[in-house]
Amino acid sequence: MKELMKGNEAIAEAAIRGGCRAFFGYPITPQNEIPEYMSWRLFEVGGTFVQAESEVASINMLYGACGAGARAMTSSSSPGISLMQEGISYICCAQVPCVIVNMVRGGPGLGGIQPAQGDYFQATKGGGHGDYHMIVYGPSSVQECVNIMYEAFDVADKYRVPVMILGDGMLGQIMEPVELPPMKDLSNLPKKEWATDGTGKGKDRRIINSLLINPDDLEAHNNYMLTVYEEIAKNETRYEEYMTEDAEIVLTAYGTVARIAKSAVNIMRANGMKVGLIRPITVYPFPNKAYKDLAEKASVKEFVCVELSVGQMIEDVKLATEGKKPVKFFGRNGGNVMSPEDIVAYVTKEA
Amino acid sequence: MAVVFEKTKMLTDAPLHYCPGCTHGIAHRLVAEVLEEIGAEGHVVGVAPVGCAVFAYNYFNCDMQEAAHGRAPAVATGIKRVTPQNIVFAYQGDGDLASIGMAEIVHAAARGEKITVIFINNTIYGMTGGQMAPTTLIGEKATTCIYGRDAEKNGNPIKMCELLATLTGPSYIERVALYDAAHVRMAKKAIKKAFTHQVENRGFSFIEILSSCPTNWGMTPEQALAFVKTDMQNFYPLGVFKEVTE
Amino acid sequence: MENKIIIAGFGGQGVQSLGMFIAYASIHDGKEVTFLPSYGPEMRGGTSNCSVVVSDKPVASPIIAVPDMLIAMNKPSLAKFENKVRKGGTIIVNSSLIDTKVQREDVKAVYINANDLAVEAGNVRTANIVVLGAYTKMSGDFTPEVMKAVIEKKFAKKPKVIPANIKAFEMGYNLE
Repeated sequence: MKELMKGNEAIAEAAIRGGCRAFFGYPITPQNEIPEYMSWRLFEVGGTFVQAESEVASINMLYGACGAGARAMTSSSSPGISLMQEGISYICCAQVPCVIVNMVRGGPGLGGIQPAQGDYFQATKGGGHGDYHMIVYGPSSVQECVNIMYEAFDVADKYRVPVMILGDGMLGQIMEPVELPPMKDLSNLPKKEWATDGTGKGKDRRIINSLLINPDDLEAHNNYMLTVYEEIAKNETRYEEYMTEDAEIVLTAYGTVARIAKSAVNIMRANGMKVGLIRPITVYPFPNKAYKDLAEKASVKEFVCVELSVGQMIEDVKLATEGKKPVKFFGRNGGNVMSPEDIVAYVTKEA
Repeated sequence: MAVVFEKTKMLTDAPLHYCPGCTHGIAHRLVAEVLEEIGAEGHVVGVAPVGCAVFAYNYFNCDMQEAAHGRAPAVATGIKRVTPQNIVFAYQGDGDLASIGMAEIVHAAARGEKITVIFINNTIYGMTGGQMAPTTLIGEKATTCIYGRDAEKNGNPIKMCELLATLTGPSYIERVALYDAAHVRMAKKAIKKAFTHQVENRGFSFIEILSSCPTNWGMTPEQALAFVKTDMQNFYPLGVFKEVTE
Repeated sequence: MENKIIIAGFGGQGVQSLGMFIAYASIHDGKEVTFLPSYGPEMRGGTSNCSVVVSDKPVASPIIAVPDMLIAMNKPSLAKFENKVRKGGTIIVNSSLIDTKVQREDVKAVYINANDLAVEAGNVRTANIVVLGAYTKMSGDFTPEVMKAVIEKKFAKKPKVIPANIKAFEMGYNLE
C-alpha cells in the first residue's frame, strides 16, 4: 500500500533512502518539515544533523561535508537560498557534489510565505557570482519529488555538480500517496578519489579549492566545466508532453503549476479545444530541442507559458522556440496561485 | 652525514609567499610539527581561510579545503561531522574570523564542535593592503583609519579569547604570541594542547596567536616584534582563558 | 469519479484532520488523492482550510476553484466559499455554529448540528468526525467500514478516544 506523505517529509525520507547521511539547515517557512524530519531520522541511520546559525553557515557546512566525500544536503526557501548563493558558487567551482532543496515562496525581499516560482532565474542561470550551473529539477508531485531525490546524489556524484530541487510552498505542504523506494546500498558506491576524507598523504593529498588565481588556469577550468554542462544536457534533460500530438495551443509550465495546467488542458479538451502541455522536469538543462520540435510543428499555433512569477521561464521558452511561434504569458505571483479555470479563461480569451 | 634537523613532513616543499618578518610561517610550522607529533598524518583535514593565509592549502601537507571568507569553522564543522575519526582544523586571520566570520566562529564554539581553530591576530587586513581589522588597536593606523583607530569613529577592538571563553562549548582557549624564541616554544605547547583536546574528543579548542605584519604596519621586522610584545600584549594579555580538565 | 472538497473553519476545529481522514481513507481504499492544507500564521487561531481531491485517476490540479463539496465548520467559511461551489454541488453546514442558511438554490445544503452531536457522542472535539460521517454517507466515496478502520488506526496511540470518535462517526453517518 502507498503511504500518505507530506511533500517535505517525503523528500527527506527519499533523501535518506538515496544515501543522505548529513543535513545542515536553518529554519524558514515553508520547508521546516524537512529539517524537523531529518533532525531525528538521520540519527537512526547513523548520520548527522546540524541546525546551523544561518543559511550562510549551512551551505558552508555542506561544502565541508560533501568535500570530505559524504552524501549530504541542505534545504531552505527563497530568502535563505539567496544567502547561500556565495557558497553555491564556491561549491560549483570546487566541483563538490551535493543536493539543495528550495521550496520557493513569494519574493522579492522577505516577500511572503505562500507558493511562488520567482527563483527560476536564480536557480537556472547561476544565482551567485561567476560562470556556473547546477542541475535543477522542477518536480510536480510528491512522488516525482521522491523519485528525483532518490537519484539526486548519484547524479550529483556523477558530474560533481550540485543538484537543486526547485519546488514551491505547495509542493512541500501537499500530502499525496507515495511509494517509497528501498534504502540504497551505500557499500558499493564508487570511491571519491578527490575527496578530502583525511587519508591523503604527501603527494597524494587532496585539495578542495575554488581559487584559481592564474587567469589561464581559471579559464581552462571554466571551459572544462562547459563540457560537463554539455554532457549533462545530453544525458539528463527530462520533460513530459501531454496531449501535444494534435495541439494547436501548447501550454507550458513546470512544477506544481504544470499539474494545474494539466487540469486546464483536460477541461479545454472536454470543450473541444486542441490544447496540450509541455512540462520541463529539468529546468536546467532546459529541454530546448523538445520545444523547438513543437514550435516547428505545423499544427502548433502558439505557446502559453504559465508561471507563479512575472515571467521568467518564458525567456527560455522563447529562446528554445526561436521565434517560430508566438509565446504568450499567464502568471500569478506574490503567493497567489491560479486555478485550472483561471488558465482556461485566459486561453479562451487571449489565445 | 648525521641529520641534525629536518623540516616536518606535515609541511610541503612549496616556498611560502609570506612577507619578510611575517610570523605566519612560524605559525604554520608550529601547527605542522604538532600534527606530526600527535601522529595525525593520514587522518587530518585542514581548512584554509581567505586572507594572507589563503594559500595555506599549498603548505600544509595533508587534505585541505579552501573556505569562503569567514566560513572556515562551518566548513570544518561539516568535515568533522561526517568524518569524526579525522583531526580537523581551521586556520584563520582576524578579518576572516573576528569580522565577517564572527557568527561561524561563535556558533562552532558554542556547539562545542570537536575542531581546533588557529587564529592569527595581527590587527590588520594584510592581503588587501592594510585596512582596519576588528582587532586593530585604538590609535593604531590603518588605510581605513589613517589617523589611528578612534573608538568614536571606528568602534573598539574585539578580544576573541575572552569572548569565546564565556561559552560552554569550548574546552581549551589560550592566547600566545610569537615575538621571541621563548614565546614561540610556549605557542607550540599551547597548539599541542589544543590538538590534544581534539584527540581526546573534549570539545572545541582555540589558539589565538599574536602575530606581526611589518609590511602593513610600516615597520622593520624587529620593530614589528616589539609592537607585538608591547602594544599588542598590553591589550591582548597572554594566557589560558578556558580549560576543561575532566 | 473525482470529488473536489473544500473544508473550512477556524483553527482548532479539526478542519485539517477532517481533510486528512479523507486522504488516509483514499490510500486505504486504493484511490488517488491530494490534500493541500493552508499554512502559515493563518493556521494559528485564525481561519483554516484545506482542499482535498479524491479520484480514481491520478489527480492533476490540487488547487480547487470550483468545489463539488464545501464543508463549512463556521460562519466566515460559509460566507467565503458558498458562491464557489459548483452548480448541483453540496454544502455541509455546521449548524451548531452557523445560524444562517445557504442562500443559493442550485446546490444541496445539509445542516448538521455537529457540535451538539459531538457532545452527545461524549467528546465535543469530535464535531469534525460527526461531519466525516455525514460526508461518507453523502459522497459515497468510501464505505463506512473503510472510514472506521482509518479512525481506529489513526487513534491507535490514544485508544481511550476511539469509542467517542466511532460513535460520532456513526451519528453523522446515520443522520437523515
